[in-house]
Amino acid sequence: MTYTGNVNRFHNCLNELIFVNRLFLLSEANFLPVKVMQTWSLVSICVLLGVVVRWGVSLNSYSGAGKAPMFGDYEAQRHWQEVTYNLPLQDWYFNTTDNDLNYWGLDYPPLTAYHSWICAYVAKMINPEWVELHKSRGYESPAHKLFMRATVLVADLLIYIPAVVLYCLYLIDASSKKKVSILFCFLLYPGLILIDYGHFQYNGVSQGFALWGVLALGLGWDVLGSMAFCLALNYKQMELYHALPFFCYLLGKCVKLGLMGRGLFLLVRIAVTVLVTFALCWLPFLSDPNWALQVVRRIFPVARGLFEDKVANTWCSLNILIKIRSILSRDSQLYLSFAFTLLAVLPSALRLLTKPTFWQFKLALANSSLAFFLFSYQVHEKSILLAALPVCLLLNDLPLMVIWFLQASTFSMLPLFLKDGLLVPYVVTSLAFLFFSIYLLSALEHCSEDELRLGAYHKLFFCLPKMDLAHIVRWKFYISIAAMAGLSIVSAALVPPPHLPDLFPVLVSATAFLHFLGTFIYLNIVQFSGPPSRRSQKKNN
Amino acid sequence: MAAPEVDGRSWFPVLALGVSLLKCLFISAYHSTDFEVHRNWLAITHSLPVSRWYYENTSEWTLDYPPLFAWFEFGLSHVAQHFDRNMLLVENLNYASPSTVLFQRLSVIFTDVVFIYAARECCRCVQEQKGSRDVLNRPSFVLAVLLLWNFGLLVVDHIHFQYNGFLFGFLLLSVAKHLQSRHLQGALLFSVLLNLKHIYLYVAPAYGTYLLRSYCFTQDNKDGSVRWRSFSPLRLLALGGIVASACALSFGPFIVMGQLPQVLSRLFPFKRGLCHAYWAPNIWALYNVLDKCLATLGVRLKLLDETELPRASMTGGLVQEFQHSVLPSVSPSVTLVCTLLSILPAAASIWRRPRGARGFLRCLLLCALGSFMFGWHVHEKAVLIAILPLSILAVESREDAGIFLVLTTTGHYSLFPLLFTPAELPIKVVLMLMFTVYSFTALRKLYSGQGSLLHPPEVVYLLGLVAVAIACEVVFPLSPWRQKLPFLPLLATSVYCSVGVCYSFLRLYVSLLRQGEKPKQP
Repeated sequence: MTYTGNVNRFHNCLNELIFVNRLFLLSEANFLPVKVMQTWSLVSICVLLGVVVRWGVSLNSYSGAGKAPMFGDYEAQRHWQEVTYNLPLQDWYFNTTDNDLNYWGLDYPPLTAYHSWICAYVAKMINPEWVELHKSRGYESPAHKLFMRATVLVADLLIYIPAVVLYCLYLIDASSKKKVSILFCFLLYPGLILIDYGHFQYNGVSQGFALWGVLALGLGWDVLGSMAFCLALNYKQMELYHALPFFCYLLGKCVKLGLMGRGLFLLVRIAVTVLVTFALCWLPFLSDPNWALQVVRRIFPVARGLFEDKVANTWCSLNILIKIRSILSRDSQLYLSFAFTLLAVLPSALRLLTKPTFWQFKLALANSSLAFFLFSYQVHEKSILLAALPVCLLLNDLPLMVIWFLQASTFSMLPLFLKDGLLVPYVVTSLAFLFFSIYLLSALEHCSEDELRLGAYHKLFFCLPKMDLAHIVRWKFYISIAAMAGLSIVSAALVPPPHLPDLFPVLVSATAFLHFLGTFIYLNIVQFSGPPSRRSQKKNN
Repeated sequence: MAAPEVDGRSWFPVLALGVSLLKCLFISAYHSTDFEVHRNWLAITHSLPVSRWYYENTSEWTLDYPPLFAWFEFGLSHVAQHFDRNMLLVENLNYASPSTVLFQRLSVIFTDVVFIYAARECCRCVQEQKGSRDVLNRPSFVLAVLLLWNFGLLVVDHIHFQYNGFLFGFLLLSVAKHLQSRHLQGALLFSVLLNLKHIYLYVAPAYGTYLLRSYCFTQDNKDGSVRWRSFSPLRLLALGGIVASACALSFGPFIVMGQLPQVLSRLFPFKRGLCHAYWAPNIWALYNVLDKCLATLGVRLKLLDETELPRASMTGGLVQEFQHSVLPSVSPSVTLVCTLLSILPAAASIWRRPRGARGFLRCLLLCALGSFMFGWHVHEKAVLIAILPLSILAVESREDAGIFLVLTTTGHYSLFPLLFTPAELPIKVVLMLMFTVYSFTALRKLYSGQGSLLHPPEVVYLLGLVAVAIACEVVFPLSPWRQKLPFLPLLATSVYCSVGVCYSFLRLYVSLLRQGEKPKQP
């Protein structure tokens, strides 16, 4: 989409809004056209269903429930509330007698800290024991669990869900029914639900801000978009996975507008916005450079090694064959991973820079986050959620591949879910997502060469034997789903042999790694082939 | 547009699977004492001989369903032993290990297959409107959603814990069989249902009248009245045989063992009070409140002496025996007479002029609602007996759709007090909103171009429900009255809802009698 395209889209959007408003005015005269009414009701039913599923999952256990002395992420979030409420701001990130950084020290950027601080105020009002300094460590009770779960839901309702709804309504070219179907699948993505409402984290906030950024860029509001993305970055440093595409898209757009004229103006405006947003977020820490530096040191813990636990990325999978961590020094590990990440990100970033369209932007977001996940330093299994968000944006364009990847990403976190006692919600939400997304988007019917955006490559490699691509892809999909189901059953039901205690987690992460690598290569290919042809788009709808 | 183009019935399994998966998410939600009731019954039927089933009283939750349900529990217990043997011990009171919870919840979800099948049969009976229409606006689709995703069933069965889905499956299936004119199958299903749970005796008058009038008499006179000559003794014999054999199968062993009086005393415990702990939204709720108002007024005007009034009459139901202070107290026989009187006109109407299976369905609804309005010790859950069959009528006629909206919204809201735990508050609110939004928009779309479904006063009344909900669920728990008047929200809910239920009852009656006056339905 060119700039004018975006402007047009924005105008259409405004017109639509005005139209809807007018309809609501008319409705008082009992004249509301039923069509709009129905879309509205379907959207609200989807959102309500999304909320019910989220709350249903949240009735289950959370990470580290009853597991003293360290507990889990749930206790980490509660501890941050305790710390931020009771200590002066400059002590939040420092190791002091009142703030033991080895016990879930704050290691997220300031916005997370502020969020904890606000939650702590509410907690204090309800029950002061929840955030009492030192004494509240490891506090667990049904009422407290309810409170913590409610904070996640409130954050989601305020930030993530509205962004998803607006994205699906305004940035997807499809009939209103298709839009609603996509909204439904998007909201039902099990990975995010299980991590936020089961395991316990606030990914919805950072992902929601990032999505607001994407939404604003898609509508042509570049300044607002960059602001939203800065908020995302300041909530969770892992949003850096998405930073390069945002940068390249905006820069590419400025270049296209002419770096001497309007482009420069836009560039300056964006740069100022970014600086101001960052400054505002970091304001309390800026009075002393030491404080700010300490925050940065906490946010980027280089000392923690190339990877932890079993992650479905390159290094951990390679570790099955070569023990990298014992061969290379920590510094060389860092450089190695940095080099590989850069190499993996570069093609898609450059492509986006030269062709800053919204379609390329979405693909670059997915490619960049996947590249970071696969090759960067210190990756957690939960970081795959960062790749899942931009992949979700492609639900309308590449349904089967997206569903496949999303399922694999949920599956890659299976060992974590088993540890947290989330087997039942994992099974239920995965089945529901897989079934409904395939049914509603009729994904299995839309996998011809053209619809997979691989037409151009077939022409290029004309020497390849002629095959029915759709057939092969479908079978691969079935086999992969069967493998994931089999591994899930085995991991849940069987005890691994004593000399190989990590057998199942390793198998899970290796399988998931293959899927991620495949998706990464595929999406890069798609990014370098032509833009989606209007014809196939139409046919899709 | 992918999904809607997938035609035929393929959307039905999707809806059913979706709701089944949703039910699985509530496995670890709150469950009421009914969970322990059913666990105890599993234990009784599994570990004791049949002769002891209706005598066992280790737990306070003695077996008080008819024998066929006991056999159903007996069957379940054979699966249960593979989950956790300890739940099958009678002495293990209040036993709820994770695998017990899993088994019990899954048993409800799986036995709901009967309900799903019944819903599908009902959808087949619905008259499709002409013209090619979007799947989402087809009456059968709307009916499927209204039945499968019914808020009341989800809440009562899958959170509160009961086997209503399984039982309603039999009821709806038998209704569907009548709609398809397979009367003997319908009668068989209903007699099985009666032997599973005797609460359905309330709707038996409708069955009796309809089968006698429209099945045993094969012909009508020209004006629609009964032609006495056309009586077919063979048909009556067949019907009687079916009903008798079902009852014999169920009660036979106990009659042989001479335990019938004991079984019946368990099934009909008249020792309970007029109203359940939480007043169901019916006439007696209004009656109680009127009594209380008069008493207060009397004390204010010095017409009554406060010391002479019975004490603790307004603890809101903690005391099962309710003493009225001004109005005469109500005895079980009075409620029985009132119930019969309320049912009589409906039965008489379909006797005089049967209007096919749909007339029967309307009569069944009135029986269910009549007994709900006037019955002794009615549970709020019983309103589902009216709501579910009314869904069928709602997708076929505009007037019924309006009644349906009022009745379901008030009836469903009156189920809110069932789930009082804060963790389940979002679930009940969101599920209720979902169902209500869907039923309003779908029915409105279905009858688009035929005027609005609700009259302005009805809209105002339903909006008032939102105010009641906010007052009871949000404002009240934060207010100082919480300690002093803990039952005020329950009282407000049941009184407000009983107005809506009474209104729907009257409107349904009016629609039945008005149809009765018309000479002949096309």
